[in-house]
Amino acid sequence: MKTFPIGGVHPSDNKKWSKTKAIEKMELPDVVTIPLAQHIGAPATAIVAKGDKVKVGQKIAEATGFMSANIHAPISGTVTAVDLQPNGQGLRQMMITIKREDDEWAEGIDLSTDLVKECNLSSSEIIARIKEAGIVGMGGATFPTHVKLSIPEGKSAKILIINGVECEPYLTSDYRTMLERGEQLIVGTRILMKAVSVDKAVIGVENNKPDAVKHLRKLLGKEAKDIVVMPLKTQYPQGGEKQLIAAVTKREVPAPPALPIDVGAVVCNASTAVAVYEAVQKNKPLVERVVTVTGKQVKDTKNLLTRFGTPVSALIEKCGGLPEGDVRVLNGGPMMGRPMSNLTTPVMKGCSGITIISGKEAQRGEPSACIKCAKCVEACPMGLEPYLLAKQAKKKAWEAMEKNDIVSCIECGCCQFTCPANIALLDHVRLGKQTVMGIIRARNMKK
Amino acid sequence: MLMFWDKLLMFIDELLANELFVKYSPLMLTVLTLCVIGIVAALILYFVSQKFKVEEDPRIDDVEKMLPGANCGGCGYPGCRGLACALVEQDDISSLYCSVGGADCMKAIAEYLGKAAPIKEPQVATVRCGGTCEKRPRTSTYAGTKSCAIASSVYKGETDCAFGCLGYGDCVEACAFDAIHINPTTGLAEVDADKCTACGACVSACPKGIIELRKKWPKNRAIYVSCVSKDKGPVTMKACKAGCIGCGKCVKVCEFGAITLENNLAFIDSTKCRLCRKCVAECPTGAIKMIGLAPLPPKEKPETKTETK
Repeated sequence: MKTFPIGGVHPSDNKKWSKTKAIEKMELPDVVTIPLAQHIGAPATAIVAKGDKVKVGQKIAEATGFMSANIHAPISGTVTAVDLQPNGQGLRQMMITIKREDDEWAEGIDLSTDLVKECNLSSSEIIARIKEAGIVGMGGATFPTHVKLSIPEGKSAKILIINGVECEPYLTSDYRTMLERGEQLIVGTRILMKAVSVDKAVIGVENNKPDAVKHLRKLLGKEAKDIVVMPLKTQYPQGGEKQLIAAVTKREVPAPPALPIDVGAVVCNASTAVAVYEAVQKNKPLVERVVTVTGKQVKDTKNLLTRFGTPVSALIEKCGGLPEGDVRVLNGGPMMGRPMSNLTTPVMKGCSGITIISGKEAQRGEPSACIKCAKCVEACPMGLEPYLLAKQAKKKAWEAMEKNDIVSCIECGCCQFTCPANIALLDHVRLGKQTVMGIIRARNMKK
Repeated sequence: MLMFWDKLLMFIDELLANELFVKYSPLMLTVLTLCVIGIVAALILYFVSQKFKVEEDPRIDDVEKMLPGANCGGCGYPGCRGLACALVEQDDISSLYCSVGGADCMKAIAEYLGKAAPIKEPQVATVRCGGTCEKRPRTSTYAGTKSCAIASSVYKGETDCAFGCLGYGDCVEACAFDAIHINPTTGLAEVDADKCTACGACVSACPKGIIELRKKWPKNRAIYVSCVSKDKGPVTMKACKAGCIGCGKCVKVCEFGAITLENNLAFIDSTKCRLCRKCVAECPTGAIKMIGLAPLPPKEKPETKTETK
């Protein structure tokens, strides 16, 4: 069974808490706050003002430039404010606040559940629709999908990879999507194949989800040759774009600024493929997503189809409330998720799950000295030397870090997970990466 | 000359024939060989060093000795020698200044070099945050690496103020003069004005941009807005009882035009301020801090004026 060649760890997947729970619709919130920066790139520009009436699916913020994404109203009602509100990190960000009145959808959106398989649009028309719908990578990185699909001149895609790996422990939103919305996923995949003009697609699924593999294979049928469902050996961080490409095609994406397209691959998340289906075939913009609310102590774990802007606290309330005692709420899974200091934070495009872990689980061990055992080097899926990078970050040796390819770091956390000395490697490495990327950006601006 | 060579050869002959030398010949040979290698290498080194001699202005060494030798980099040059080179090379040294050595040091160097001494008022690092544990309650717990740079890249901090001092001591680590410390009761960084040399290391180490170099008054007196929060008044007030709410009362009362209000935050220009203390009495939250001065606003102005000189 295939997997990526170097590094990786194998944390216990803990998916049992929520994997059997069918996707449920979350009640519509009375008030939503929608951040203008929900994606990588420039924040969108608000095109509504206080007092405006909006319908569900109406565009409320427009992409600023190419590397940005549109944002649509997730509920119908009145815009009550366009101002600075605290985000998940507690920092103030521009957000649009909408007060709900009914649930009235904008015109032209097909809300029926019929499966529309035929798609006669050209590649550029598909990409235009995806761009209009404001679709971004829903695996967590929130890279605008239309940017990914717009293949630069002189390069061509050879393979489309649908990322159904979901290697992050606890999370099951992609898994449930694959099981319950498999038909849409397959149609979405074919649309994406058309958009990047390839005749081969691979749906990568880790082998801890055998029923998803079986289900998708059954839906595809035996005669389908264009799409292959490929079970992969369970290994974190297989869901990383570069790791998945390596696992499926055995090709290594060179260090940044090279992109997956340089090895002829385009990778899209499984939930993104479903969103693409809805955008292209049903004209439905991205206004909701499946969010897993899970954790050992959560009374009633759920996979909730949630409109964006719903406060995280409402989701937790729906799942039986915050467990008693010392708990930590993570936006995402335990490996890459960020702890939240503010539970009124809205659900955003990249939020695939809310994980609640106990304070004891989150407790870090007392760090001791590095003995250069090189476990982190072995675990790093990007082939970096985390112990060295962390040391250089502590000494503020940014130039040396740049030479050691810090920008290749995917912040997966394998190094910190594996360190027997409990050294907070990722903390330092991430700081170094941010600083070095800032230095590089400043240098490019000068040019 | 021949005589010398003859004598030398005879001496070597005798030496080789000597009973002791024969007994210890391996040892003696080693010693002799090493001596010859040493002499040859010394000769090569001498000629090479003569050939590639670098002419350096001897004044650089002298100026370096006159500088404090802290190598803090506060002047913008890599260590004291870097500054010494610049001081000797540049004709106009008005833009160069060693804040550690201060005015006396610069005056002595300028006199030695025969150039006009750069003049700069003495400065002191000032921590502009008054959010003590009492005034600014902790609303979350940070369990990550205790570093301000890392914590501020992760989230706003343990309190609801996204601008305030985090108290993990990046500035303490950056200070080469032991002049800044975290007060364990307030959780804030505090500057020892007597030790501070205004090198600016803490200013660049603080990820929140709280520390500012301000004019140093005699007896370490100071008046400054001890807050950098750009949040709107109600938001600031909710997060911290000692924050600047941007009410603008201080701006109105200032006679010298030293206070400006921008982004809901008052700022006192330390070069314009005359320490009249009117703004301190006016501030509703106590965000304007006063050090080394009597709390009541004075009636007689001449006293403060003499101090400015």
